[in-house]
Amino acid sequence: MPAVLEQSASLLDSAPVTPATFPAWFAERQRAAWQRFLETPQPKRGDETWRFSSIKELDFAEFRPTNGGADATLLTARSSGLEAPVAKFVFGNDELLHSESNLPAEVICLPLAEALVSHSDLVEKHFMKQETRLGSAKWTALHEANLRNGLFVHVPANVEVEGTIEVFHWIAGGNTVIFPHTLIVTGANAKVRVVDYFQSADESSAGLAIAVNDLSAGPGSKLDYVAIQAFNENTKVIQVNETGVAKDASAIGFILNTGATWARNESLSRLEGEGSRSDMLSVSIPARDQEYDQRTFQHHVSPGAYSDLLYKNSLYDKSRTIFSGLIFVDEGAHRTDAYQTCRNLFMSDDAEANSMPGLEINADDVKCSHGSTSCQISDEEIFYLRARGICPTRARQLIARGFSVEVIERLGDEKVEELVLRFVDDKFAHIAGGGA
Amino acid sequence: MSYEASSTIDAETREAIDIDRSKGDFSFPERHKFDAGRGLTEKTIDYICDVKNDPQWVRDFRHKALQVFRDKPMPTNWATKDLDNIDFDIIRYYLSDGEKPKRSWEDVPEDVLRTFERLGIPEQERAFLAGVEAQYDSEAAYSNMKEELTKQGVIFVNSTEGLKHHEEIFRPWFGKVIPTADNKFSALNSAVFSGGSFIYIPKGVKLKQPLQAYFRINSENFGQFERTLIIADEGAEVMYMEGCTAPKFETSTLHSAVVELVALKGAKIQYVTVQNWSSNVFNLVTKRGLAMEDAEVRWIDCNIGSRLTMKYPGVIMKGRRARGEVISIALANTGQHQDTGAKMIHAADETTSNVVSKSISVGEGRSTYRGQVHIPKHLKGCKNNTECDALLINTRSRTDTYPAITVRGNQHATQHEASVSQVSEEMLFYMQQRGISEGAAMSLAVNGFINDLVREFPMEYSVELKRLIDLEMEGSVG
Repeated sequence: MPAVLEQSASLLDSAPVTPATFPAWFAERQRAAWQRFLETPQPKRGDETWRFSSIKELDFAEFRPTNGGADATLLTARSSGLEAPVAKFVFGNDELLHSESNLPAEVICLPLAEALVSHSDLVEKHFMKQETRLGSAKWTALHEANLRNGLFVHVPANVEVEGTIEVFHWIAGGNTVIFPHTLIVTGANAKVRVVDYFQSADESSAGLAIAVNDLSAGPGSKLDYVAIQAFNENTKVIQVNETGVAKDASAIGFILNTGATWARNESLSRLEGEGSRSDMLSVSIPARDQEYDQRTFQHHVSPGAYSDLLYKNSLYDKSRTIFSGLIFVDEGAHRTDAYQTCRNLFMSDDAEANSMPGLEINADDVKCSHGSTSCQISDEEIFYLRARGICPTRARQLIARGFSVEVIERLGDEKVEELVLRFVDDKFAHIAGGGA
Repeated sequence: MSYEASSTIDAETREAIDIDRSKGDFSFPERHKFDAGRGLTEKTIDYICDVKNDPQWVRDFRHKALQVFRDKPMPTNWATKDLDNIDFDIIRYYLSDGEKPKRSWEDVPEDVLRTFERLGIPEQERAFLAGVEAQYDSEAAYSNMKEELTKQGVIFVNSTEGLKHHEEIFRPWFGKVIPTADNKFSALNSAVFSGGSFIYIPKGVKLKQPLQAYFRINSENFGQFERTLIIADEGAEVMYMEGCTAPKFETSTLHSAVVELVALKGAKIQYVTVQNWSSNVFNLVTKRGLAMEDAEVRWIDCNIGSRLTMKYPGVIMKGRRARGEVISIALANTGQHQDTGAKMIHAADETTSNVVSKSISVGEGRSTYRGQVHIPKHLKGCKNNTECDALLINTRSRTDTYPAITVRGNQHATQHEASVSQVSEEMLFYMQQRGISEGAAMSLAVNGFINDLVREFPMEYSVELKRLIDLEMEGSVG
């Protein structure tokens, strides 16, 4: 199909064409995914998984996929994260712009488009294994059908990757849609940390990202994943994170939301083996009219597993958050130890927080609890800081920062924590600059 | 009984705590003069209106409600599929002997009296109640109140009398707290309601003793649709208690009440329910209170029995500093689903609400907490606290918690906490070491779990409650 035609058609109009280099199994999956996308009904008001959501944000007709078009030199230069990542990949409009790697030879870390050719069987074994169950099945089908690139990481058994792998996903141009995909697989007793950045090439163009993160932590392994969502405020995002954690393995899934006009995060952790542990963490700082819609699922399949979720939102201006979380304990998943906490800090009279923390427990020998709070900064706290010569605006910002730090510190790596805090501080500066 | 193995309990105590296990599980032959037949049509509505000699505005109200009932879908997107098993066409919507409620137990027909005697109602009335209404199928069989309360202007009658003889007080609030179209079952109740209580407490009158209603289903394939409206005028206080039973039939029975409470400025209403329906009753109830400035509405709710209970008592805090509270205990045994919860709608500044819910799932029972807290914009200084704890007794017991909290704006504080646990093995071992059987130890642990909430019930009810829980817990261990 000529590039010019492809660019002018809405992504909803016609079936995408799988590149000829991709394996047959993948082409077949893409065809089936498109069919599934067409057959899956559009979410509507009243659907439990979309309760409180602004359904109108799901009108994606104006967006169209592009064939690259991003400025490689400029965006690579702007892809600034950690000082010395162990590997770095930069994608613009789903096209690889830059890559560098100092990874051990046995680690496979490749753009997905390459991995589909060189490690087809391995990708096939782990690619999108889990069913999307938190509401975005239609959109993950669209993602699967349109997927062109992303990152594939495979760390074999007993290999520990020191340092952090960084992946930058940029949206460039107006009404552009990208489908970033990150597939990370760790073998037994392996270790890896990946940071995904989601950003816009300019401050105003409308963009859409439908991203899927597929994480599979093998027995005894440690898999840390950090997503930093800092798109411009005309961009919409659907981000689906699926994590499987095997026996004695541990996984951290962290999401920072500072950008986008509307972001929907769906995070599902499947505790598949005894002694497995999943930490689901998030910090969101919505301002102006931003809306962050967070849906989580802690699925305890195996007995003797641990999961802990901590989400914190600081809400400015007329922003909105929705948190819907469920701890689900299967029959027989005894000795489950699961926690879920969502805390909302109001920084404005006009912000709105919706919380739906949930439990579905089908085994009796468990310890499960959830909690949700929403409140504002107390006058005493502000007074305390003002008495030390700090102006009220700065005092409020410091408290909101401290509120977020409790979650960020759980990442357990100083450099990554500093990095995340840099984005948090950027957001606070942006809020102050915007007159909030 | 599970206490038998305990050597620490003497014979007298054992006798005192032993209860009649057939309590509630008895029925008497049906002798109805008026029977609307099976199924629900316009004719059923007209039949009920004719028998009850309803005024035209009530007839119109019922007919409109029937249309709403037909148009409204079942709450299928979140509710249990068991609702689909209700066959509205085989239900009998109105059964009555055509007698007016009696003011003296001596005038109540022998078999009906025997029912209520076995339930201990006349005895309780003498002992500690300010008034009693006893409903048998569709209509009140007995209704009486202490004379001095009548002199103070207190009204306590069934809803039919309320709408006929006290229309000026009844009509302005009737259907205003819970509109007909609130949900399918409130529409159903609005179409065929019969019985229930109408209470009006005049300004400043504070009732020291509770009023009580007892609802009894005696007939198979019957739907009971009582309608209760309680209005506490400015500064008034009332406690109202209701109890419910039904015998076990082969087929399921429907109970679908609508209860509206109105607490005007500074008034307090406490509504206490101890429900012990038999295990084939669909108990689908809509309960909501309206609290004006400085007023308080408290729902104290215990749900034992029934096949499926869906009940979420709510409070709309419409006046400044109004307060709403729901204290609830639910016990779900095998074949039962207690889907209960609370709705707290803050609609004025400085309003506070509190929800404490405890559930116990036994055998293959399922208990669910479903809650809603809503603080809209432009309000200031609202607070909500919600706590729900679930206790699971057996491997296949199940519990769910689905709260929804919406807060808009600054200067509010909400907190929700829920936990799920089981009776610890150490605790059971400790008690067994002291000669208490495993079953008795489990009962003690369960009673300990709900003890702080049981204290909120009037004493006579809390004793009954503990007995009912012991009875339900029997044989649950192992």
